[in-house]
Amino acid sequence: MSTVKARLAPVTGHRLFWPLVMLVVLLVANTVYRPSFLSVELKNGHLYGSLIDIVRLSAPLILVALGMSLVIATGGIDLSVGSVVAVSGAVACLYISEQPDQNSLGGVFTALALAFGIALLLGAWNGVLVAVIGIQPIIATLILMVAGRGLAQLITSGQIITINSEPYKTIGVGHLLTLPFAIIIALVVTVIVAVLTRRTALGMIIESVGGNAEASRLAGVRSRRITLLVYVVSAACAAIAGFMMTANVSSADGNAAGLWVELDAILAVVIGGTSLAGGRFFLSGTIVGALIIQTLTTSVYAMNIDPQTALLFKAVVVIAVCLIQAPAFRARFRRRKSLAPPPAPTAEKQKEQVPA
Amino acid sequence: MSQRHPVLTMTAISKHFPGVRALDGVDFRLFPGEVHALMGENGAGKSTLIKVLTGVYGTDAGTITLDGDQVSFAGPMQAAAAGVSTVYQEVNLCTNLSVAENIFIGREPRRFGAINWREMRRRAQEALARLDLHIDVSELLGSYSLAVQQMVAIARAVDVQARVLILDEPTSSLDADEVAQLLRIMRQLRDEGIAILFVTHFLDQVYGIADRITVLRNGRLVGEYLTAELPQLALVEKMIGKELDALEQLDSEAGRDAARAAEGTPLIEADGLGRAGAVAPFSLTIHAGEVVGMAGLLGSGRTEVARLFFGADRADKGRLVVDGKPTAIRNPIAAIDRDIAFCSENRRTEGLIGELSVRENIILAMQAARGWLRPVPRRKQDELVQRWIEALSIRPANPEMPVRNLSGGNQQKVLLARWLITEPRLLILDEPTRGIDIGAKTEIQRLVAQLSDGGMAVLFISAELEEVLRLSHKVAVMRDRQLVAQLTNDDSLDADRVMQAIASGVRQEGLEKV
Repeated sequence: MSTVKARLAPVTGHRLFWPLVMLVVLLVANTVYRPSFLSVELKNGHLYGSLIDIVRLSAPLILVALGMSLVIATGGIDLSVGSVVAVSGAVACLYISEQPDQNSLGGVFTALALAFGIALLLGAWNGVLVAVIGIQPIIATLILMVAGRGLAQLITSGQIITINSEPYKTIGVGHLLTLPFAIIIALVVTVIVAVLTRRTALGMIIESVGGNAEASRLAGVRSRRITLLVYVVSAACAAIAGFMMTANVSSADGNAAGLWVELDAILAVVIGGTSLAGGRFFLSGTIVGALIIQTLTTSVYAMNIDPQTALLFKAVVVIAVCLIQAPAFRARFRRRKSLAPPPAPTAEKQKEQVPA
Repeated sequence: MSQRHPVLTMTAISKHFPGVRALDGVDFRLFPGEVHALMGENGAGKSTLIKVLTGVYGTDAGTITLDGDQVSFAGPMQAAAAGVSTVYQEVNLCTNLSVAENIFIGREPRRFGAINWREMRRRAQEALARLDLHIDVSELLGSYSLAVQQMVAIARAVDVQARVLILDEPTSSLDADEVAQLLRIMRQLRDEGIAILFVTHFLDQVYGIADRITVLRNGRLVGEYLTAELPQLALVEKMIGKELDALEQLDSEAGRDAARAAEGTPLIEADGLGRAGAVAPFSLTIHAGEVVGMAGLLGSGRTEVARLFFGADRADKGRLVVDGKPTAIRNPIAAIDRDIAFCSENRRTEGLIGELSVRENIILAMQAARGWLRPVPRRKQDELVQRWIEALSIRPANPEMPVRNLSGGNQQKVLLARWLITEPRLLILDEPTRGIDIGAKTEIQRLVAQLSDGGMAVLFISAELEEVLRLSHKVAVMRDRQLVAQLTNDDSLDADRVMQAIASGVRQEGLEKV
């Protein structure tokens, strides 16, 4: 018994173990409820299935959470990502809506470049407030969180801008190589962020700034630049997420686009094992965290849980995930020799399903 | 003494950490009314033993009895409630709270359920008066010096009706007067019947106060001895487990060729450099290959001088001249560009990044200088790190271990390695041997001598005069935030003369006035 335990230790001790267990539990719960849940089929050269849907729908969250991971690793936080999502989506849609030919590739690319550029400026604004002026990150980004919504409203003149642009729509619902385009984008951005942080020294320097800012300064780290950079990267990720979200519905709603996404993103980062205090960050953990959150949302719809209790249900599961990850909690659990692992969120099951 | 019953007995204590056997079947006992010194090199297991005793860590094996009852504390609070109080090496108080709040945190005197502030202040004053410390207890703790903070920590520990008082290197940041005061207080507490467990690296203090000595080495018990029956040399041998001629060998190298070093253009020259509120304008030159020792009491401005040289603080008066050219050093990056390196005295807060690995900590300065876009190739990292782990015998020799898991001495070596791989021309060492065992201390001293022979300039700051005298070509003496004397280290210079300079400043005859 103990040898089995010892042999399993490297697996169960891995920081991704519990988040992955949680993800699997959620997937199993869905499969029990609806056996066809796991099936993936090829139609017209496109892959379809609940699993694909979950990954596709979590793509924007993954993007936002990747940027958030870097910000949190420096000991900061970025509350403004939701607003950046709204602004970038609004700018892109507004520009396209004013084109004579909404389907022209050139117009769409110009719109994307313009919106992306504005998002970078917003990120730099955050970065300057935090790194140069020295405002606490939560306050500094709260400014843009509030002001950005207003800005997005201003851009859309308080209306919902609808567009009819095939190229733009592709970002959200198109396919490439049998996979939804959104998944490919998320994959590419993930690879870029991973290479940027782990193939250069950026990741280590970020962790060093987040781990001990003063010691980093005395070691010659240009921490201002690094801090500025992570807020820009965060805004860039949010902008791409904004394109995806607005392309999904071919419209920009300054009020609703990306609403509360910052909270989901922070949650994904924390579930992934990155400490809010800064320091070490784990991109793979963040992605698993984002997938858990999206799976949960999808399950709530699929299991036809009353919308009024859905948020509460989500909260309970999130608390469970966070608790089983905490070594102190597991130790207490073990000491009491209580019944086996924590409650899986499979308790309530009802028939019927609703598309996510 | 031994016919009485011990108040505390630890039997066959073992404790493992991943990859480290920190304690292996260690026995320890403590009698009421005695000072018992726990000795050993860094990483010998002293701190672990204390943490096991106070419940910070659980034990893997072994028992602890207090007054004959077996105990197992869940944490320091519980231990303190049972009469086992601890003052840690690095003051563990809240600098953002007042002195009184620090003494009574968690057990504030109450009246009708609310905190009785007046009573708290009164009792805090009383508790401090017992230690002969008369300060305003409503001031923030952070506004007092480290020494005072240490005293407050002791006042807090004693005030909870402690029967066992654990002092984990309480003297490492105190100057001579404060140490004397602390030892006096320890005697007073001992005579009141409190059992004191005393951890220190200063042999003089051990022989000045301890009744009994327990020696640990590599997590194992070497033995328990009466101080009177254990000569100093024997103690040191037991601690490091080998014949100790290293120190004597270094001693014979003392009186280094002072004249040779101070030739040619100075590498760096401070010309009326100063910063309001930190250090009065001073002038000091450092040549390549020269070791400039810096002596002075705690808070005399030694660290502030170092920080100005490194650009950690910005000077508001005077200028720096590097290689004969006036140079503005406004920040550490500018200093590093000029090949200046600085090992801060506060390893934990200003030196290392605790959660990063030994490897990452060592390459950090080099990597920062290259910029993040040009990472040091992994193979080169491993090679450099491996070489310095061996050269400085950093233990455990695992480059991927988080640096916070290392003992103090090994952390210091990691910090040294970080700067040495950048091949600096001026190395500023602020208290590099503080809180470090004799073995590591000798290694670091020998390293400084070697580096200076190889042409590196070193600014060596230390509270230990012997060390400064042993290594330096020139000794700069600080007093009350002024540079009061620069003494050439020739045969005539000894600790007494430096001490006189520290004590009386510029008035001392025969001193080179600045």
